[in-house]
Amino acid sequence: MTRAPETAAKKVLIANGQGFWGDSILGPVRLVNEGPLDYLTLDYLAEVTMSIMQKLKIRRPEMGYATDFVTLIARVAEQLVEKDVKVIANAGGVNPHACKDAVLKVLASKGLTGIKVAVVEGDDILEQLDELMAKGERFENMDTGEPLERVRDTVTSANVYLGAFPIAEALDQGARIVITGRGTDPGLVIGPMIHEFGWAREDYDKIAAGTVAGHIVECGAQCTGGNYTDWREVPNLARIGYPIIEAVADGSFVVTKHEGTGGMVTVPSVTHQLMYEMGDPAAYITPDGVADFTSFSLNDDGPDRVRVSGVKGAPPTPTYKVSMSYHDGWKATGQLTISGPDALDKARLCAEIVWERLRMDGFEYSADERTVEFIGAGVCHAGIAERDDATEIVLRMGVKGSDRHKINRFGPELVPLVTSGPPGVTGFAGGRPKATEIIGYWPALLSKELVAPRVTVYSS
Amino acid sequence: MPKQRIAQIAAARSGDKGEGSNVGIMGRSRLAYAFLKEHLSASVVREHMSAINSGAVERFEADNMLVLNFLLSDSLGGGGSASLKTDAQGKTHGLALLELELDIPQDVLDSVAS
Repeated sequence: MTRAPETAAKKVLIANGQGFWGDSILGPVRLVNEGPLDYLTLDYLAEVTMSIMQKLKIRRPEMGYATDFVTLIARVAEQLVEKDVKVIANAGGVNPHACKDAVLKVLASKGLTGIKVAVVEGDDILEQLDELMAKGERFENMDTGEPLERVRDTVTSANVYLGAFPIAEALDQGARIVITGRGTDPGLVIGPMIHEFGWAREDYDKIAAGTVAGHIVECGAQCTGGNYTDWREVPNLARIGYPIIEAVADGSFVVTKHEGTGGMVTVPSVTHQLMYEMGDPAAYITPDGVADFTSFSLNDDGPDRVRVSGVKGAPPTPTYKVSMSYHDGWKATGQLTISGPDALDKARLCAEIVWERLRMDGFEYSADERTVEFIGAGVCHAGIAERDDATEIVLRMGVKGSDRHKINRFGPELVPLVTSGPPGVTGFAGGRPKATEIIGYWPALLSKELVAPRVTVYSS
Repeated sequence: MPKQRIAQIAAARSGDKGEGSNVGIMGRSRLAYAFLKEHLSASVVREHMSAINSGAVERFEADNMLVLNFLLSDSLGGGGSASLKTDAQGKTHGLALLELELDIPQDVLDSVAS
């Protein structure tokens, strides 16, 4: 691989335009169009996403990836090439080659030839589970310590969180678009840093700095004023700018956004995101190293610029984290709106009527299997900010359990409240609630030497 | 001295962590952080959030960010897709904790006045 001699002075702009599958397409489209950029990263995978994709793939072998990504490429391909913006996306899901084929097809249809597209794989271990267990891997649940045997027969996906180095390798090989399956979110951002600055696996502080940068941008606009406590202070949320990391070789970086976009980048806005999904701040573990989130300093560096420096890191652990999903039963939820007067009293009666009618028909749900919420009376802040004088209430009810038939029996007793309950019951649009699958989440660990990440580069 | 909401001296963000949630609390000034570090213990948070979280509460500190991080171990009604709750991801738990009222000294309140 070649490294530019001016590495020390080089600034690299790495943005994240997608915080989760379902985030606005305007984020990445505007990042490409509204200012300078070197790398666009995109995160499409939540924990349950892999299981949903696995099911799509079983039904149709050419599916099982984030099709939104292909839609995005179709929309911005010309600008990406013109501005030389490279793209790194975990859009591959459980079928990264199908994703790559779809992207190559889009590029070809636009006459964009010679564009290198890489696939990073090796994260999907579903087919090897039994073999790995035979080798002594136990896949005990990291949260509960239970052995995998309890749910082994219902496991629907199993993926290792790969690190940043395979992404860097793909970029080293000239890839302009890198498609991965399951990997760490910060890895999407660390990958280009390793590629651009030639960081080694032993550069623990620098890898940790990349981890902090990746964590700050991984939820898109959540560090630029989205979901911010003092929301009235945030300018122009509708046009909120997505975050950009201005990285340099020593590992220090600036968080910023494109000029003229809405939102804001301040020490508090960045701190808000640093707190998100935080565990022990002194030990943020990724496959590439352990970052200490108590080590660095945050400083204002001009308007919409926050500098992060002094990040300390430690060597990686000998294991990869594995994310597995399994079938964990069924659930159904539904809601009705109940107007006043006496909205809360009527909502309580409605809930009682539903359970009583189901009981009459032989269907009882234990306290663990059912829920009632009176939205408007203080559901989110239960026990803290409740009130009994709401002018209207949304009655939300739900059941769950292993028997699909029993779960499906619930829905048909909710809507009849409109005509056979107290007055003022409405809002039954959307039909009867039906049973949907509960996808269980099983976090585990796997010895690193049993996993072999692979990088393959293709060309349009 | 009347009790006051800690929202006056702190900001928050929360999200899911397995079957529980984390609530990050950021002091709005060094003095506010020092006050919170002394008075916003895991047991105070556990008591305040008891109708939301039925599990243990663990506290971590990040002095560099003026942040206290609380892990609520059982606050999502099962977590992930098994939850029947509206807020299955603990997105609102941060604002719920900011509703806590404490005896906040005047100098701490003054330290965050803009």
